[in-house]
Amino acid sequence: MLWEIIGVVVTFAAVVLCARPLGKYMAKVFSGERTLLSRVLHPVERGVYRLIGVKEDDEQTWVRYLAATLVVTVVSILVTFLLLRFQDRLPFQSVINPQGFPGVAPDLAMNTSISFATNTNWQNYAGEATMSYFSQMVALVMHNFLSAATGLALAIALIRGLARRSGKTLGSFYVDVTRGILYVLLPIAVIGTLVYVSQGAIQNFSGYTQAHTLTGVTQTIAQGPVASQEIIKDLGNNGGGFFNANSAHPYENPNGFTNAFTIFSLLLISISLTFTFGRMVGNIKQGMAVLAAMGVILAGMTGIAIYAEQAGNPALNGAGVTQVASASQSGGNMEGKSVRFGIPQSSQFVASTTGTSTGSVDASHDSLTALGGLVPLLSMELGEITPGGIGAGLYGMLMFVILGVFIAGLMVGRTPEYLGKKIDAREVKLAALAILILPLSILGFTALSVLVTPGQVGPLNSGPHGFSEILYAFSSATGNNGSAFAGLTGNTLYYNTTLELAMWMGRYLFLIPILALAGSMVKKKVIPASAGTFPTDTPLFSLLLIGVVLVIGALTFFPALTLGPILEHLQIVAGHLH
Amino acid sequence: MTVVASTPNPQPAPVRSRRRRTQSLLDRAILIPALGDSFRKLSPRWQARNPVMFVVGIGALMTTYAFVTGLFNHDPNSGFVFQIALWLWFTVLFANFAEAVAEGRGKAQAATLRRTRTDTIARRLVDGREAPVPAPELRKGDIVICEVGDVIPSDGTIIEGIASVDESAITGESAPVIREAGGDRSAVTGGTRVLSDRIVVEITQNPGETFLDKIIGLVESASRQKTPNEIALNILLAGLTIIFMFAVVTLQPFAVYAGTSVTVTVLIALLVCLIPTTIGALLSAIGIAGIDRLMQKNVIAMSGRAVEAAGDVDTLLLDKTGTITLGNRQASEFLPAGGVDMQRLVQAANLASLPDETPEGRSIVALAKRLGASGGSADGWEFVPFSATTRMSGVDQSGTSIRKGAADSVARWCSDGGSRDLPEKVSSDVEKIARSGGTPLVVAENKKILGTIHLKDIVKPGIKERFEEMRRMGLRTVMITGDNPLTAAAIAKEAGVDDFLAEATPEDKLALIRQEQGEGKLVAMTGDGTNDAPALAQADVGVAMQSGTQAAKEAGNLVDLDSNPTKLIEIVETGKQLLMTRGALTTFSIANDVAKYFAIIPALFIATPALADLGALNIMRLHSPHSAILSAVIFNALIIIALIPIALRGVGYRAVGAAALLRRNLLIYGVGGVVAPFIGIKVIDILITAVHLA
Repeated sequence: MLWEIIGVVVTFAAVVLCARPLGKYMAKVFSGERTLLSRVLHPVERGVYRLIGVKEDDEQTWVRYLAATLVVTVVSILVTFLLLRFQDRLPFQSVINPQGFPGVAPDLAMNTSISFATNTNWQNYAGEATMSYFSQMVALVMHNFLSAATGLALAIALIRGLARRSGKTLGSFYVDVTRGILYVLLPIAVIGTLVYVSQGAIQNFSGYTQAHTLTGVTQTIAQGPVASQEIIKDLGNNGGGFFNANSAHPYENPNGFTNAFTIFSLLLISISLTFTFGRMVGNIKQGMAVLAAMGVILAGMTGIAIYAEQAGNPALNGAGVTQVASASQSGGNMEGKSVRFGIPQSSQFVASTTGTSTGSVDASHDSLTALGGLVPLLSMELGEITPGGIGAGLYGMLMFVILGVFIAGLMVGRTPEYLGKKIDAREVKLAALAILILPLSILGFTALSVLVTPGQVGPLNSGPHGFSEILYAFSSATGNNGSAFAGLTGNTLYYNTTLELAMWMGRYLFLIPILALAGSMVKKKVIPASAGTFPTDTPLFSLLLIGVVLVIGALTFFPALTLGPILEHLQIVAGHLH
Repeated sequence: MTVVASTPNPQPAPVRSRRRRTQSLLDRAILIPALGDSFRKLSPRWQARNPVMFVVGIGALMTTYAFVTGLFNHDPNSGFVFQIALWLWFTVLFANFAEAVAEGRGKAQAATLRRTRTDTIARRLVDGREAPVPAPELRKGDIVICEVGDVIPSDGTIIEGIASVDESAITGESAPVIREAGGDRSAVTGGTRVLSDRIVVEITQNPGETFLDKIIGLVESASRQKTPNEIALNILLAGLTIIFMFAVVTLQPFAVYAGTSVTVTVLIALLVCLIPTTIGALLSAIGIAGIDRLMQKNVIAMSGRAVEAAGDVDTLLLDKTGTITLGNRQASEFLPAGGVDMQRLVQAANLASLPDETPEGRSIVALAKRLGASGGSADGWEFVPFSATTRMSGVDQSGTSIRKGAADSVARWCSDGGSRDLPEKVSSDVEKIARSGGTPLVVAENKKILGTIHLKDIVKPGIKERFEEMRRMGLRTVMITGDNPLTAAAIAKEAGVDDFLAEATPEDKLALIRQEQGEGKLVAMTGDGTNDAPALAQADVGVAMQSGTQAAKEAGNLVDLDSNPTKLIEIVETGKQLLMTRGALTTFSIANDVAKYFAIIPALFIATPALADLGALNIMRLHSPHSAILSAVIFNALIIIALIPIALRGVGYRAVGAAALLRRNLLIYGVGGVVAPFIGIKVIDILITAVHLA
């Protein structure tokens, strides 16, 4: 048990250790400075620009940046939709579709395309029973890179808005996305694939294996190019697994080490981005103050999950069942968890996959204890800012920063300013609008679903757990997480549609105020800091930020959570089971 | 024409006299009319200005409706619904009351001022002949005559004559001031009274636009516009209100799914408790009180925006004379020329200064006496006063002339208009004095140079500490002076300002302001002369002296009735206080929500058997669902009343730097805001349970 906890700590420490150099590297990449890889990649980069007809130094205002984002997204959605729809009509079927899967049904194909394009990767299908190898490797992996790089680019655009001394433009979306893929995602993905393969993850184009078990049953064992998809799934906070079992499948995530490596990749870029941010605004401590707030909440969530899962089911205590860890048993709640990962690591995975917008799972979230299930729900409802999805975590957190600075900044007797830029009515309006989207979508769709019949029939369980299943689905979709609380039958017209809408709102309605805010901040002059300036690079500010996130972010969802996991927990404690 | 025997250069009053007695917060004269206003402000048009309180108002209406329909249906909960409705109305009324009290102080002042603007009959000059005309009919450009005892009918500029004027109606300062044609002291204000002599005044304002009219308008808040920061805060509050509306509106379907339902009354109670009513109710009172606090300091803010900007100021431009140094210089040393006896210099200087009534002259006499000068009067000597052309003064008596003055002027006098070098010792003394920040006065008798008097600029006592304090506040201070760079540097060092602008012309001043603003900084300055007007207008906070010209007063956005340039510092503090009060009460308001959730959420559901386990969340152990909800609503209403004093007085500002301020205020209003309602709601719950209200 102690060693497992140490493992959890070491994994977090490794991320922070690597984040600083990677953050610095990304700052250089997005500032157009030369890096180690420039010699090899710069010619490729220029080739890409020539191919798509983009000038490297053609900077965009926030409106053009937004337009470029939307155009690229919509085109990529259509491409994926067509590729999935007609996956059985493409050439070389024997290689790319050895199982001969038919074209994906239209509503599922659209749901999947949107889901991957919004970095959600909500999967209303089982990969090994639906998707050809080509669909997995091209149609879906394309989004794993593109949506991740889009998030990264948007965060960089917002950083530029805050960092630039004056101007109108935020950079070029095309350039930022190209650089994000070429210099950041691809190199790490290549290394990561090799790590997975070295540990036993599979990477092949074979047909599925038929195995005869000792009990005389025939079992179909799925195959495929798994490792290469695994790394970008986690690194880009996508979460859409090759197999339905996602990271619980031994071919995706063979052992405890790969599990720790997966957690590492989930957190790596988002945490590094806080250092990129600090560097680009010229004060590394600004980034660290934001990171500290993210880190404290993430550590807290992990702690709660480990505690709740290790404590096990309170109802069983009365029944005389020993749930304490010992040499011969792990104790606690092992339902839905893999023995090769154990409780602490699985709990860390839960907090990390929902603290980022990943949604990979190495354990069944539906089987978590009530209190343990509160962790992923709340992490997603906070807007996934601990440390959040690639790029999205930082820009989401910065909205809370703006609100926090505005409220508390007044308390030092000046019009609030962040990084030397004054926060006026327009910025407050945009930050508040962005934060509004979360309760609007999550609470709105959940309320709709419990009111209408097609929504009511979705959950598997009744009572508070059933409610949690619906709440979880919309929290996950709005937060662009993609993990599922299982239990909910999502592949229906009603849920496909409402979840699609939630994914759109969570990604693109959120984006508009953020880019608008970047556009309005970039024009502002920077006032030099003085003794009278509100300090935003101190531990006190991190504490304040945590307070703002919990009071404004969490309390909004308190009534809903009360009727879900909190009620369930209290009922179990009291021995009232449903 | 009699000349008033008073120095035409009044020093800034060291002791500020308060125009109006500082009204206590619980002044009956304010509270009683405010009660009436609280109801008058219930009108929807007024309520719509404030989104948070508007929502509370709608909630109050809906619960009242629920109560009335409940009565007809014999609803057993009518008593509870009635109490909720009642407290919601109280919440709205308390907010109105806070605003009315804040306005009340201004209104009382306006009434006093209005009395001074009585039915004055002006003596208008038409084609050289006097014709009586009621003051309100005077137009811009009219010429009027004012003599002893007349009330000046409107704002204007003296075009002829000099008079002593009692301005106490406006400034509260009882000592009369001198106003004369030409120069920077030619402006007169309507409502003030001529005490001596006769002046001809050209009216510069149309009716309704005079200074007095403006003050009355401002203190009555009739023309109050929301300031930029207030607008931003209002948007935030509206945003939070919408977020909490989602949380509350969706609760009903969730409850239904959980097998229960929540009454409209309870949902409204929850909503009102969650939305930031505390700050919403007090926001406008805070703004009005800020302007009012300045008024207590005898500063008239021409707009709320100026007060707010004062809190944001980064750079203060301060005139040396009167702000940093005392208005006059003092003799500190006699330095005889080579071969001249010290006593001879002392005697000559004494004699030359005896009839000189300027503070500098008097200080020379005082020093000479200490050094053994004889003779207490210059009877028989003819005084030659200082003039701008000679730049010397002195005394003459048959065959003997003594002069003191600027080095080059005296040198020229000694050489009969030609240029002559000063003796070597004198010349080096002069330079040394100038470099140390002093002013050298050269003394000569019968065209022979005797030596130098060192006139020292006296830096105001305590000003250095004041600048130190401002540095901790994060303000940069820049001294503006007409002195040469050497002198300026010495005084700047002694006073402890961060920077100085020497040999400053009005254009330099304007350029400096533009440069600072170009770096994104906000600049504050004071000024009184016509040539200060462009800079005053350009500055973000321009404080014009009431003693200054009409042009200066029009250009500034604040007017200091005491004409005390040091006031700028207090103005900045008041601005900071205003912003801090808003931030502190917003933080408090939002932090309160934690406790309210824990009071109301369990209360909503524990009556439903399937959800009874949620009683565990009732960590305050409140008596019953009704008492819990009622307690939260009552706390939410009473806290508004409890915080009115803080809203009006403002959160205390200390120049300790932003980090320390933040720590302190976060602890008091953030942590305090989380804790206070837990205690408050519990106490109210005990009380209302004891008297069986729930």
